[in-house]
Amino acid sequence: MATNSTALPKTPATTRIQRRFEELGRRSEMGLVAFLTAGDPSLEATESFVLALDDAGADVVELGVPFSDPLADGPAIQRSSERALRAGATLPGVLDLVASIRRKSDVPLVLFSYYNPVLQMGVERFARRAADAGADGVLITDLTPEEAGEYRRTVRAHGLDTIFLAAPTSTDERLARIAEASSGFLYVISRTGVTGARESLPEDLPALIRRVRRVSRLPIAVGFGISLPGQVSILGGLADAAVVGSALVQEIEQASSVHAAREALGARVRVLKHAGKTGMSRREPGA
Amino acid sequence: MTTAVKTWPDVHGRFGPYGGRYVPETLVAPLEELEQAYAAARADATFQGELDELLRNFAGRPTPLQFASRLTEHLGPRIYIKREDLLHTGAHKINNCLGQALLAKRMGKRRIIAETGAGQHGVATAAVAARFGMECLVYMGTEDMERQRLNVSRMKLMGAEVVGVNAGSRTLKDAINEAMRDWVTNVRTTHYLLGSVLGAHPYPQMVRDFHKVIGEEARRQILQAEGRLPDLLVACVGGGSNAIGLFHAFLEDTGVKMLGVEAGGRGYQLGEHAARLAEAMGFTGARPGVLQGTYTYVLQTADGQIATTHSVSVDAAGTLARLEGIIPALESAHALAALIARAPRMRRDEIVIFNLSGRGDKDMEIIARYL
Repeated sequence: MATNSTALPKTPATTRIQRRFEELGRRSEMGLVAFLTAGDPSLEATESFVLALDDAGADVVELGVPFSDPLADGPAIQRSSERALRAGATLPGVLDLVASIRRKSDVPLVLFSYYNPVLQMGVERFARRAADAGADGVLITDLTPEEAGEYRRTVRAHGLDTIFLAAPTSTDERLARIAEASSGFLYVISRTGVTGARESLPEDLPALIRRVRRVSRLPIAVGFGISLPGQVSILGGLADAAVVGSALVQEIEQASSVHAAREALGARVRVLKHAGKTGMSRREPGA
Repeated sequence: MTTAVKTWPDVHGRFGPYGGRYVPETLVAPLEELEQAYAAARADATFQGELDELLRNFAGRPTPLQFASRLTEHLGPRIYIKREDLLHTGAHKINNCLGQALLAKRMGKRRIIAETGAGQHGVATAAVAARFGMECLVYMGTEDMERQRLNVSRMKLMGAEVVGVNAGSRTLKDAINEAMRDWVTNVRTTHYLLGSVLGAHPYPQMVRDFHKVIGEEARRQILQAEGRLPDLLVACVGGGSNAIGLFHAFLEDTGVKMLGVEAGGRGYQLGEHAARLAEAMGFTGARPGVLQGTYTYVLQTADGQIATTHSVSVDAAGTLARLEGIIPALESAHALAALIARAPRMRRDEIVIFNLSGRGDKDMEIIARYL
């Protein structure tokens, strides 16, 4: 069985992400990763949302850096990116937001971005500022391990986890490469397609997760199309965490005020987290 | 120019520092499959033979290299026009569409999707999809659909579905995003027929290869007509397909200068022009970045957000129409405008090849507003 732990130097210390998944593992508890677009409707609002998500039991929060051309995203996150950009959100602003959240909360934070904003800031400068602000990991939607050599070394050198995506179309060989490049957790895309809430889980998802388990011992978070407690409950028997994004972003879109959005987000996450705790039997720890 | 330039891309899909493959993971395996299928097809005499036959009998190759005698008289240097406007569907775009559709057929794909801006690539894609009996869906910004209604009708008449894209600036950039979203969703059954020298590897290589026939013909034709190579090549550059198509055969000819002309638009500030490469001339906002799968020059803000473009050029279209009886596409007219500006500084014995990448029928409504 291939292992990834020897391929790269370990990050200097364990990250909040790693510690959170270790804790979840000890408790045999399903994790919940919550995605929000930073700056929708404002950076101040996002800060209050993240604190509410943390209170409601989210294990990791992904902060989406808004981008003008989000080609991996469905309509909900496209619209939220447009709102955030119109409201003036920029990558430096998002990094300030991370620092501000970090003063109030210990929730693991992942920066979720397309590559170009990071590239324009400079990968080294970005990694340093992200680490200084108190971020824990980075996921770049349009960066695969093949193009990520320098990026990965730089981001890891600053003690941040590098999370990569695994997809249903990834071959076993690619899954091994992705696992080797990743730390913190692996983000498994549940289906071919863009982000957005769906009613069901794809039938071939268990087989995909089994293929990933064969090449990696990292925790697995499953995302794309997850929005319902039933889905999270079923995932509880398969994965280590569920990622919910579009459904949360839609709560913000539909809410009448920032206060109402915060309440709705908290309620949504509590329901999903509960579904993860009481869902199907957890796999054996360390399996 | 060195030999290396002509043999780019390298195994990583790099043209020097540019190119590469910056896509969501879901698309990597399909791009690898496409790369392998294309490499096999490229080396396969049957594939090349089929493509040659289609280029001759469906598209109408070879296209003439016409000596433009009145334009020459008017401007000074000896001007030849590479008549890609005479191809089926009215532009060079059909070269690449035939190549990629034939490849898609070979890969067992039954559904073709494409993006289009002014509509030339969409029309060419619709035509080859009809010719091969494939399902065809074209993404087009709603602003472009409004401007190019005739091309929308042409695509529909040939059985393509045209989907309006209302996101972002509602133009080409957003149509590409939407096509990529479709592809990432339906990647197992669908071929994305990209029409520009953009996107993830192997697209830039494929698009270049399928268009390099333009320059190969032109090089033969000018040697036959003048007994020597030209001094200057002129082509418009948006997505780059007709320019690299003309230039590629001449890359090792050190005496041949190449002029790529971008759309200047109404000003030098970001958002007012479409010049990704002409920074030295004072157009602002263009820097290397990653967009839609590739590392290239991108019009963007300091924060890395992608800007909208703007362009119009009508005067040169009128010149060509009056002097040579040819109505050029507005894209090609940009290149002609640059040639007209440069010609007074050229000698009368210098030879120019101007790539007339498309005909202007589609632009008549816009041109008429300026008459």
